[in-house]
Amino acid sequence: MVLIYIDNADQEIKNASHEAICYGAALAKQLGTSAEALILGNVNEDLASLGKYGASKIHQVKNSALTHFDSKQFATVISEAAKVLGASVLVFAHNVNGKAVAPAVAVKLGAGIVTGACALPKTDNDFVVTKTVFSGKAFASIQINTAIKIITINQNSFGVLMQDANALVENLEINVPVSNLKITSVDKIKGEIPLTEATLVVSGGRGLKGPENWGILLDLAKALGASTACSRPVSDSDWRPHHEHVGQTGLQIAPNLYIAIGISGAIQHLAGVNRSKTIVVINKDPEAPFFKAADYGVVGDAFEVVPELTAAILKSKGGA
Amino acid sequence: MKILVCISKTPDTTAKIAFAEGNTKFDENGVQWIINPYDEWYALVKAIELKERDASVTIHLVTVGGADTEPIIRKALALGGDEAFRVNNTSNDSMVVAQEIAAIAKQGAYDLILTGKETIDYNSASIGAMLSALLDQNFISAAVKLDLNGKIAIVTREIEGGEETCETNLPVIISCQKGMAEQRIPNMRGIMAARTKPLNVLEASISAQNTTIKSFELPPAKTGVKLVDPTNMDELVRLLKEEAKVI
Ligand SMILES: Cc1cc2nc3c(=O)[nH]c(=O)nc-3n(C[C@H](O)[C@H](O)[C@H](O)COP(=O)(O)OP(=O)(O)OC[C@H]3O[C@@H](n4cnc5c(N)ncnc54)[C@H](O)[C@@H]3O)c2cc1C
Ligand SMILES: Nc1ncnc2c1ncn2[C@@H]1O[C@H](COP(=O)(O)O)[C@@H](O)[C@H]1O
Repeated sequence: MVLIYIDNADQEIKNASHEAICYGAALAKQLGTSAEALILGNVNEDLASLGKYGASKIHQVKNSALTHFDSKQFATVISEAAKVLGASVLVFAHNVNGKAVAPAVAVKLGAGIVTGACALPKTDNDFVVTKTVFSGKAFASIQINTAIKIITINQNSFGVLMQDANALVENLEINVPVSNLKITSVDKIKGEIPLTEATLVVSGGRGLKGPENWGILLDLAKALGASTACSRPVSDSDWRPHHEHVGQTGLQIAPNLYIAIGISGAIQHLAGVNRSKTIVVINKDPEAPFFKAADYGVVGDAFEVVPELTAAILKSKGGA
Repeated sequence: MKILVCISKTPDTTAKIAFAEGNTKFDENGVQWIINPYDEWYALVKAIELKERDASVTIHLVTVGGADTEPIIRKALALGGDEAFRVNNTSNDSMVVAQEIAAIAKQGAYDLILTGKETIDYNSASIGAMLSALLDQNFISAAVKLDLNGKIAIVTREIEGGEETCETNLPVIISCQKGMAEQRIPNMRGIMAARTKPLNVLEASISAQNTTIKSFELPPAKTGVKLVDPTNMDELVRLLKEEAKVI
């Protein structure tokens, strides 16, 4: 059986977990087995409806000791559940919590693990998973040699497919150890889509000259309904908040559309965005390295081009 | 107070990524090796900051790798580690690496183990969580801030769309990322001192590989950028809608 872990930070199930279920369901089909999901704690959502992503059963561990994510505690519960349920493959989203817990589960189950997978494994004779390595600059195919296998799946690399189905929701009783972590505060950026979940991203670099010029970029993001990002020097100079920094040492993202404005396209920047489906580069220097990684390029002054693009988007939305 | 910092060796961020031996090995030709940026800039420098505040702190470094990792370990000692361990195991299976580190950690009874968020070559982001399970210690991932208050660690970590702060008793394992500390450059005194600091070499003790790398592949080259006239943004919008189908 393929068991998919559903991450439910703040009682809300994230897109990354929906995608993980779809991936797990496709893998189960390939292996001729069932896809079931596991959720720890309580959520305000109708779990049966998760059937639409392809899980036939949802196992819920409702224990009141599971109030917040604690890697050590969750790893214990997930591995016990995997044993009780007889899972042969475990799937996690490669998001913050998935990364923090899946490798610990691998130790507890003596399972081989591949993190950051970007496609379904090959399972004809052996079990070989393809993942991104070198920060998206290459792929590696890795064979898992153990009986139990664990995969964390890169966000936005498989996609979310829905069908018309409901899952059976079942209570699962597992001994839950106490958590030794005390959460003292949670700061969420209000109303914004987290960058790693965003499908459209507008990003700015040093070419915008200063924080006072960010208005044109924010207008474009608003017209598109996109999230905003930036290059490292921009966040290092505090023109933009640190959580917007993408690249090798920042966030790695894979939106459907990444619009880079006044960013040169240094290799360390590309490492964070090269998995984007479509890249648009706006830069006044035709020699900017970013154009080599772009699908669409506009050679021009951002201060002229960006407002025009915003207007064109608003026009197309109004006219549609 | 004893801190263990896990140091790994990665190709320089500008290194050309190419593969050899029928795409089964990373081509190390002409590659410059550096300390994995997360380990150096954030984990190690954070440990040094804690030592600067409290002279009773000792910083041990551990790396699992061949003799070719010694230059980067010396650099880490020059930045401010007190003593280093190298386990002579060249496996790139995370479980093997984690088990080797866990053996060192058990010997040293550390209050704090710091790792980087992930290595920039294999991007596993696994070692910290594996150590947590192997040592049965708490683990906090993707930390951006750390303070100590006696035997309590106060850690802020990244969560989707924000940050959360939590408290836990030592010992604890923390994976570090941007925000933890500021990058430093080793000074001459540190470089001189590093030459005489102990670098202990231990033989590999783990061999069973849970995973094996079969092959590498480079992504297909982009077919070439389509340039759009800067005065015709309607055309770009049309392309994004009808051709790329992303808006
Ligand atoms: C170990 C390491 C890790 C790093 N990690 C990261 C990382 O995670 N993320 C990251 O982003 N960087 C990272 N960097 C830094 C990276 O090497 C580059 O220095 C950085 O990405 C450059 O940022 P930029 O493109 O905004 O600025 P610049 O390189 O200064 O480029 C500005 C661009 O704007 C263009 N421009 C100027 N004016 C206009 C205008 N009016 N209209 C349109 N275009 C204009 C210019 O032609 C130029 O191409 C890292 C570096 C190292 C050494
Ligand atoms: N070979 C190694 N030796 C010592 N520490 C390592 C090694 N590999 C990884 N680490 C540590 O574990 C962190 C996460 O690495 P990884 O799980 O391989 O992405 C790194 O940032 C290092 O701090």
